[in-house]
Amino acid sequence: MEQVIDIQHLNKSFGTHEVLKDINFSVNKGEVVSIIGSSGSGKSTLLRCINLLEKPSGGQIIYNGENILDDLHDIPAYRRKLGMVFQQFNLFNNHNVLNNCVVGQIKVLNRSKDEAEKIAMKYLKIVGMDKYINAKPKQLSGGQKQRVAIARALSMEPDVMLFDEPTSALDPEMVGEVLKVMKELAESGLTMLIVTHEMEFAKEVSDRVVFMDKGVIAEEGSPEQIFNNPKQDRTREFLKRTLKQS
Amino acid sequence: MSLEWIVKIISENWPMFLRGAGMTLYIALIGTVLGAVIGLMAGVIRTIPMPERGLKKAILKVTNVILSIYIEFFRGTPMIVQAMVIYYGSALAFNIDMNVLLAAVIVVSINTGAYMAEIVRGGIVSIDKGQFEAAQAIGMNHFQTMVNVVLPQVIRNILPATGNQFVINIKDTSVLNVISVSELYFLTKSVAGNNFRYFESFFVACMLYFVMTFIVTRILLYFERRLEGPDNYTMLSDVKQADVPAK
Ligand SMILES: Nc1ncnc2c1ncn2[C@@H]1O[C@H](COP(=O)(O)OP(=O)(O)OP(=O)(O)O)[C@@H](O)[C@H]1O
Ligand SMILES: [Mg+2]
Repeated sequence: MEQVIDIQHLNKSFGTHEVLKDINFSVNKGEVVSIIGSSGSGKSTLLRCINLLEKPSGGQIIYNGENILDDLHDIPAYRRKLGMVFQQFNLFNNHNVLNNCVVGQIKVLNRSKDEAEKIAMKYLKIVGMDKYINAKPKQLSGGQKQRVAIARALSMEPDVMLFDEPTSALDPEMVGEVLKVMKELAESGLTMLIVTHEMEFAKEVSDRVVFMDKGVIAEEGSPEQIFNNPKQDRTREFLKRTLKQS
Repeated sequence: MSLEWIVKIISENWPMFLRGAGMTLYIALIGTVLGAVIGLMAGVIRTIPMPERGLKKAILKVTNVILSIYIEFFRGTPMIVQAMVIYYGSALAFNIDMNVLLAAVIVVSINTGAYMAEIVRGGIVSIDKGQFEAAQAIGMNHFQTMVNVVLPQVIRNILPATGNQFVINIKDTSVLNVISVSELYFLTKSVAGNNFRYFESFFVACMLYFVMTFIVTRILLYFERRLEGPDNYTMLSDVKQADVPAK
């Protein structure tokens, strides 16, 4: 299968605190990979290293065959290929819903205004927010904001979508609407890398599940294998703990 | 009697007072606008993330040092002295006789710029980190992030401080009389020099300053409220929804 992102020996330290230790894994085209693990295990840091919001301390990130950590690489150009959805939505406060999805297309991809609006409307419709194009972010509920944030990322038509706990800041009754959108995207064949605490969801949509613990990938495998027959004790304990909570 | 003198002074000198007040407003307004532009540019430059090595890092470091010196220096010295140094200094250094109005605008602009640079930087720093990250994540560089996402929010937030700076400038341009700019204070001095009625003449000037600052403050308040924008949005009906998005 065609590898989109290949991570080799990735390390990340904040000062002396080693947060990621020798991470090796890859994402194939069209694959949906979920990353699970307890709080502080380094899931967000891994995702943020992949789109270089954090600078890795060591290792390589190979994107479509190119090492993007070499000095000469055009970082903004690389980031355009990755869509990022944040836990805190991070919609642009100064733009309405439509312009949140349009501004990047115009300024970064040099699309015309008409074309950008057409593309934005297409994705806003997919996430069910096409009726709210005039609303400002502060006028929306959390679930609505997150759906717009997904549409904003999709409007850039990225190769891979990264989701960092997209439902963790939402009230329980809004989690479903966002997961539903993500499930549809997963089924449409989009390449997705999802950090999540929603175990049922991970089990349902993922092609592969990665379990992280204390900065390393402790185990990875198919959802059936990870959730039904975990090989590692720590995976089993983590699943027992989280399933008890919910 | 003072009141009669005041009426007499106004009726005889009102064109002079108006001209002075107009000049004062003009210098204060241009100075504030240019100062705000300087402040915005300085703020954007001072928040560029430091590259890890190389020539770019050296250039940015030197630029930051120069900006810091500029800001410290102009905030740490009185404008009345700056006016003298710039006006007579330019004559000495470049052997040019600078137009006093130009000198006045320059002094007020760079003085205001020094204050605005700090205000803008504070404004940029106070914007949520998530706004920067979201902009970077869709591939914007520092400059695009600033122009399209951060500065529009900063400008809205620092508008009260900018208005305040304008009001301060209306008052503080009076010190420019030392380089003989025909602003309100300077012209009042010449009115008083002719009639020897210092109290009455400056009382008129005092009222004019107050009227200017009062009106400007009200206008700014009005704009601040308008910038808050409407609280509601219009939801597109199912019929309109198929059309091109409305603005
Ligand atoms: N900017 C930073 N500076 C210093 N330490 C950091 C920074 N960001 C994260 N860390 C540390 O790195 C470790 C991993 O954090 P990370 O946010 O990646 O965990 P996580 O798996 O995403 O947890 P959660 O499920 O709570 O989101 C934590 O110990 C955290 O304190
Ligand atoms: Mg996290």
